[in-house]
Amino acid sequence: MRAVQHASEMLRIDGASKVFHLKPMLGPAHEVVALNNISLTIGAGKALAVVGESGSGKSTLGRAVARLFTLSSGTIFFKGKDIARLHRRDERHDYQRSVQMVFQDPFSALNPAHTIQHHLERPLVLHRKLRGAALDAAVREVCTDVELDPEATLSKYPHELSGGQRQRVNLARALAVGAELIIADEPTSMLDVSIRRSVLDLMRRMKETLAITFLYITHDIATAQFIADEIAIMYAGQVVEWGLPKLVIANPQHPYTKLLLSAVPDPAVRLDEKDGRSFSSDAQAVRALAKKSTEDIREVQPGHYVRGYMAAS
Amino acid sequence: MSDNAQAALVDVRGLKVDFLTAKGGLFTAVKGVDFSIGRGEVLGLAGESGCGKSTIALSLMRLHRPPAIISEGSIVIDGEDVLAMSPERLQRWRWSKVSMVFQSAMNSLNPVLTIFEQFRDVIVRHTGVSRARARERASELLALIGIPADRLDDYPHQLSGGMRQRVVLAIALALDPKLIIMDEPTTALDVVVQREILQEIVELKRKFGFSILFITHDLALMGQFADRIAIMLEGRLVEVAPSAQLINSPQHEYTRRLWSSMPLLTRG
Repeated sequence: MRAVQHASEMLRIDGASKVFHLKPMLGPAHEVVALNNISLTIGAGKALAVVGESGSGKSTLGRAVARLFTLSSGTIFFKGKDIARLHRRDERHDYQRSVQMVFQDPFSALNPAHTIQHHLERPLVLHRKLRGAALDAAVREVCTDVELDPEATLSKYPHELSGGQRQRVNLARALAVGAELIIADEPTSMLDVSIRRSVLDLMRRMKETLAITFLYITHDIATAQFIADEIAIMYAGQVVEWGLPKLVIANPQHPYTKLLLSAVPDPAVRLDEKDGRSFSSDAQAVRALAKKSTEDIREVQPGHYVRGYMAAS
Repeated sequence: MSDNAQAALVDVRGLKVDFLTAKGGLFTAVKGVDFSIGRGEVLGLAGESGCGKSTIALSLMRLHRPPAIISEGSIVIDGEDVLAMSPERLQRWRWSKVSMVFQSAMNSLNPVLTIFEQFRDVIVRHTGVSRARARERASELLALIGIPADRLDDYPHQLSGGMRQRVVLAIALALDPKLIIMDEPTTALDVVVQREILQEIVELKRKFGFSILFITHDLALMGQFADRIAIMLEGRLVEVAPSAQLINSPQHEYTRRLWSSMPLLTRG
């Protein structure tokens, strides 16, 4: 599949599909196609934002990359290696070390019974076998990397920190393990708006100064634009439009992308009473259209692709 | 337009809410707040978590519970002194004059009751009508928000997140209130569904003319929807202004900081 070219590729997702077979206690068994033939790449030290609504399959994609389950079909390559074929124990460990997840809820991701020091020491002891003074120095270093004050933070328990500080600890923990790729699944959506920007700023600096690669999963296209080098819009398990953020946002082609962009709150535009039901019925029509599975892909211009929708540009 | 106390639906003066802390001290969450909401007006209330905006929302309906106490001030809604109401009056008054929509629709619906039972609870308790009449009214309300009446016998988990929030909205409308307090009503939803619900609210407001106290931390959303916006910081209102003015020329340093703290979409 055509994709934006990268100098050096960190992650390549090639035709990934995932079908969940559900057998509920009540009601008939059925299948849910969570991922439908997804192909994406992320260059080393770049950020790819996957944007979609709940149920679009964006989190499933993140989990597949984290190797939390196997794909129904398709392949994921990390630095050129098929992650389904990491047979040796050390290969698997190496992958689990290099690819880390940061979750939406910074409250439940930390153990309330342990100090921050403990949270940051564990990965350093287990993965990097550090002891004594070297361990101490490394803990301080990762703390400083995420702009937390080691003196003030290390002896505290998770409940003593704000949401933003806790999310920083989660990022620090990923760094402590030695992550090269961080899968950040809605890392700011539970944070207060007044600190959201600062956590995004930190992620951007981690990308720029520490060359961390990000797979950023979100429903908020504004934050995606803020951090990402490339953006992929997902709907119903398919990537419907992808490319460079400025091209996709300035010139959206797919009806779902257009709908998404028109729904982003714009303080300059008042909600109109006349609009009423028509937005909702338009949204229904677009959803029905975007659900159709299709293999037609069109290049809008270099670095901007759309699936299945042949609008005149 | 609505600072005229005569015409205002809601008039809050010098409201102060204290919390008794475990150590026997007092924490003042709301430190003397004045505001009013005109009839048919949408007042937005914005601020970071912990600034006291939800405490204000609960106080307006006297739903605050110990350790919170209203220590000073007055709340007058539609000419009635809310703080002086007897418990019986309060029970009848809540929901029929002022209703509330909470952030998490999942948590405000009872998971073991059907949608109809939740409507019935409100309608029968307040109006004493028969079950059949309550069902009619519930169907009407669902139709208003675009959900077919056959969903009345579904349980909350059978509805999508957006539908649940619409049902909560319909229950808030059940007794034709004058004021609806909406505490982050769309925060848990994605932007497309959020927009659908807001369009729905705009339409219903046009039809029924209620006022709204709209609480959110999304300033951009508020700018699209509210007539006036009040910015709250640590228990005080630091700036209250018509939306357009607060967007284009924020006066207070904190308002400017709030604006710069959220990444806004730059359209090409």
